[in-house]
Amino acid sequence: MTQLVMPKIDKKILSNKETIVKKLKEITNSNNVLSHESELIPYETDALTAYKQIPLVVALPETTHEVSEILKYCNNEKIKIVPRGAGTGLSGGALPLEDSIVLNLGKFNKILEVDFGNRCVVVQPGVTNLAITKAVQHKGFYFAPDPSSQIISSIGGNVAENSGGVHSLKYGTTTNNILGVEVVLMDGTICRFGGKTYDSEGYDLLGLISGSEGLLGVITEITVEIKKNPQTVKAALIGFPTIEDGGNCVSSIIAGGIVAAGMEMMDKVLIEATDNFSKAGYPRDAQALLIVELDGTKSDVDELINKVSEIAKKNNATSLKISNNEEERLKFWAGRKAAFPACAAMSPDYYCMDGTIPRGRLAEVLKEINRLSKKYDLPVANAFHAGDGNLHPIIMYDANKEKSLEKAEEFGADILKYCVKVGGVLTGEHGVGVEKRELMCEMFNDNDIQQQLRIKKALDYNSLLNPGKVYPILKKCVEEGRARVHRGE
Amino acid sequence: MFTEENRNSQISQNSENSFSPDNELEVSKIVKKLYQENLSVEIIGSGSKRRIGKKLKCKKILDLSKLSGVIEYLPEELYIKVKACTPIAEIEALLKKHNQELAFEPLDLGYMFYGKSNKGTASGHVSCNFSGSRRFKVGSIRDHVIGFRAVNGTGDIIKSGGNVVKNVTGYDLCKLICGSFGTLVALTELTFKVLPSKENSNTLVIHELSTKDATAMLNKVASSSSDTSGAVFLPLEPKNGNYEQNIESLFKLNDLQYKGPFTAIRLEGSKTSIQERLANLKKELDLDGKEISNLDTYQSTLFWEKIKNLEFFNNSKNAVLRAVIPPSSCVKLINFLDNKYKYFVDWGGSLVWFEVNDLSNSSLQPIRQFILELNGYLTVIKHPDDQRSLEEVFTVAPDRLDISNNIKKSFDPKKIFNPGKMY
Ligand SMILES: Cc1cc2nc3c(=O)[nH]c(=O)nc-3n(C[C@H](O)[C@H](O)[C@H](O)COP(=O)(O)OP(=O)(O)OC[C@H]3O[C@@H](n4cnc5c(N)ncnc54)[C@H](O)[C@@H]3O)c2cc1C
Repeated sequence: MTQLVMPKIDKKILSNKETIVKKLKEITNSNNVLSHESELIPYETDALTAYKQIPLVVALPETTHEVSEILKYCNNEKIKIVPRGAGTGLSGGALPLEDSIVLNLGKFNKILEVDFGNRCVVVQPGVTNLAITKAVQHKGFYFAPDPSSQIISSIGGNVAENSGGVHSLKYGTTTNNILGVEVVLMDGTICRFGGKTYDSEGYDLLGLISGSEGLLGVITEITVEIKKNPQTVKAALIGFPTIEDGGNCVSSIIAGGIVAAGMEMMDKVLIEATDNFSKAGYPRDAQALLIVELDGTKSDVDELINKVSEIAKKNNATSLKISNNEEERLKFWAGRKAAFPACAAMSPDYYCMDGTIPRGRLAEVLKEINRLSKKYDLPVANAFHAGDGNLHPIIMYDANKEKSLEKAEEFGADILKYCVKVGGVLTGEHGVGVEKRELMCEMFNDNDIQQQLRIKKALDYNSLLNPGKVYPILKKCVEEGRARVHRGE
Repeated sequence: MFTEENRNSQISQNSENSFSPDNELEVSKIVKKLYQENLSVEIIGSGSKRRIGKKLKCKKILDLSKLSGVIEYLPEELYIKVKACTPIAEIEALLKKHNQELAFEPLDLGYMFYGKSNKGTASGHVSCNFSGSRRFKVGSIRDHVIGFRAVNGTGDIIKSGGNVVKNVTGYDLCKLICGSFGTLVALTELTFKVLPSKENSNTLVIHELSTKDATAMLNKVASSSSDTSGAVFLPLEPKNGNYEQNIESLFKLNDLQYKGPFTAIRLEGSKTSIQERLANLKKELDLDGKEISNLDTYQSTLFWEKIKNLEFFNNSKNAVLRAVIPPSSCVKLINFLDNKYKYFVDWGGSLVWFEVNDLSNSSLQPIRQFILELNGYLTVIKHPDDQRSLEEVFTVAPDRLDISNNIKKSFDPKKIFNPGKMY
C-alpha cells in the first residue's frame, strides 16, 4: 500500500467514539450503526483497492431526515463525513478517513415514482443504475448513461462522479440526463435543485452537484430523465493494421458528420486479452479494433453503417463485420465489456487510468504510453471511448512485488500528465478522488483552485464533507510566486 | 489606471463610467480596481439582452464587446473556442461552412426587443441559458459549454472545463455560469461543443387540434422513438384587442395556407431517414384522417427560424414571459392562459412563452403562483414597455436563496457584478 497523506486526524473524535455511536443510534435505528472492526472492514476501500482505511463508524440512515440530523450533529461536533454509494469508485472518492463516519446510502434503495408523462423517474440514491432502465423498459424507455459498472454502481454515486459510458458520445453523461436532486448540506439543510422541469432558474446548482464527488452535499433523491429506445441498433467491428489508421478512421467518421451512439477502440494487447477471455471473435491480427455502434430508424442505421464501412475501407481496415442481429451485436460488445476481468486474468493486479484527450492525438498518446510501458517495465492494455476521446489505459502489475504499485502509479501519473499536455484533461469519468488529487496542478493554477475551494467553503464551511479528496494537499498550484494551497486549506 | 483623479483626464466625458478593455488582462486589472474601490459594475457584451432582469443601478459599465473573435476551431474535434463576446452570428456562419452548428439553436431575441434581428454575443447566450426547440433532444446551452475563462469579482482570472466533452476534473463551473446573468464572473473565453448540422429538415403541421389534444400530442412526440427535434403548438391570438394578430400571416408558407391553431413537429436527417420516420410518426400519433401540411427543407427551415426568433412577439409593447413546466402540466397552464394571453408552446410541452398586456407587480403574482403550483418556474423576459418596472423577474425557490447567495459571494465577495440583476 502506498502512503497517502490525509487531513489531520482529530484525536478527540477518535476518543469520543462511544458518544458518537450512541448519538447516531438515537438518530437512526441502532442496527444501522456499525462500529465493530469486523463490521467496518467491508468499508475500508472502494474499487481503488490500493488505499485502505477503516473508518470510525459506518452509518446507514434510512430517511432524508436522518441524514440531515446526522450531518447537523457532525457539523456541530466537527466530525468528518464520507458519503458512500456502492463503493465502485475507481479514484478513492469513498475512501474513509480514520476519524470519519462513512455515510452509506445503501438503504436508500427505492424507486419512488415512475412518471412516463414527464419522461422521468424519481429514485433514491442507492438504486443501481441498471435498475432504473429495468423499471421503465416495459414501455420501451431507458436511462441513457451506462457506465460499465451499471449493474452495481448506485445512481447517487453516478451523479456524484458524473459517470459516463459507451453511449455518452451521443447521449451525454449523467449530468446531461438528470432533472433534479434533493441534497442535504453539511449543516443539515435539506434543499432541492431542479425538479421535473428542464433547466432551472437561478444558479445551476444541479450542474454543480453533479460530479462534485461527495464534497458539496449528500444526494438523497434524484429525478432522472428517461429516453425512448431507438428503433434499431447495429454495430460494426473493424480491425486496423495500425493505431494511426484506427484513429484516423474515428476522425473521418466524425468529420463525415456521423454521430455514432458509441465508438470504442482497443489496442492489440486488449484485443487478445478480451478475445481469450470472452471468445468474442475479434480479429487477432489487428493492431487496433474499433466498435462503432449506430442507432436510429432502420434505414438511418443501414445508411450510416454503409458510410462507416466506406470510411473504414479508406482508412485501411483489414477486417469489417456488421452485426446482423442483436445476438451478434452483443457478442461484439462482450469482449469490450470484459476488459477488466480479461486484464485480471492476465495479471495479478491492474490499475485503470482515465484521461481524456482530443481525438486527433490518439496515435501520439498511445505511442507515448507504449514508451512509458517499456520505461516502467509494466505491460499496459488500452481501451478507449474513441468518440469522445476518453482513454482507459489499464496498467498491469503485481502488488506482491516490491515497489510495483508505486511504479504503476507513477506510470499512470505520467500518462495523465501527457493527456493534459496534448490539450486533454486528467479524468473523463472516474473522478479525481484521492488518486489524482496531487495532479490537479497540472491543469489548474492557484486562482482556479482557490475559486473551487471557495465554492466548497460556501456549502461546507468547516470542510467536513469528504475531506482530502479532489484538491491537492501536498502540492501547491503555484503561479507567479503565489502559493496558497496548503494541506487543503 | 483610473483613480478618481486621473480618470477624467484620461477618459472622455461620455465614457467616464464605461470601460471597454481590449483583453483579459485588462479586464482583470479593471475589476481589481473596482473591487478595491467597492464600485458596482454592469457587465455588457453587445447589450442585446441588457433589458432582461431587474433594473441595475451600477456605478460603472464594463463593456466587453472588444473581446471578440474565434480563438480556435477544430471541426473534427467538435469544439469551437471563442472570445466571450464574439457575435453568435459570426460563430454560426463559420460553423456553417463546415456543416456544423451550435445544436442548442441560439435564440434571436432582437425581434422581441427591437423589432429586428439581434443575435447578440456568445457570452450573452451563456449568461441567459435560453435554448431553442431542440432542448428535449440535445439539451440546453448548459449542456454545450465545455470550458471557459473569466475574471471573478476580485479580479482574478479563473478557468474551468477544457476542450473535451468528457471531463470531470474539479467542479463543473461551466454549468454554474450558464444562466447566471453575469452575476458571478466577467466571461472572457468560451468553448462550445459543436455538432454536425442536419442535411434536411421536414415539418409536419397538424391542423386544428383542441388544446388538450395538442398537448397530448406534443408529449407523445417528445417521447417518441422517431427522433423528433421540435414540437410546438401555436394557437391563434385572443381577439381581445390587446395583442397583435400576426401568427397567421407570419407562418403563411407555400404549403401552409391553413388558418387556425396548429401543432408542428420537426424531423431532421437524411431524406430517406426522414421519410421513414415520418411514416412511423404518423402511425405513432394516429394521424390518419387528420388535416396535415408537410413542409420541405426550405420551408421547414424558415418555419423554425421564425419560432427561434420569437417573431410573433415582434416589437410588442406588452410584457413577455417564459414559463418552464413539467410537460404533463402543460394542458393546465394553457387552459389558464387560453383566450386571455397570446402564447405558444415549445419543447414538446415543457416551455410556454406568453405575452401579457398591462402586466403589473400585482397581476404577475397570481400567474407566478399558478406556475409554481405546477412545479414550474416563470421568468419575465421583457418588461411592459421595456420600463423594467417589475420587481420579481425570476422565480428562485426560497430554500435556494441562501445557497445562491453563498455561491455568489464565493465568486464576487463584494457583489460588484450586476448587483440586483438576479440576486
Ligand atoms: C468494473 C468497473 C467499471 C466501471 N466502469 C465505469 C464506466 O464505464 N464509467 C464511469 O464513469 N465509471 C465507471 N466505474 C467507476 C464507478 O463505477 C463510478 O464512478 C460510479 O458512479 C460510482 O458509483 P458508486 O455508487 O459505486 O459510488 P461510490 O464509489 O460509493 O462513491 C463515489 C463517490 O461519490 C460519492 N457519493 C456516493 N454516493 C453519494 C451520495 N448519495 N451523495 C453524495 N456523494 C456520494 C462518494 O463520496 C465518492 O466520492 C467503474 C467501476 C468499476 C469497478
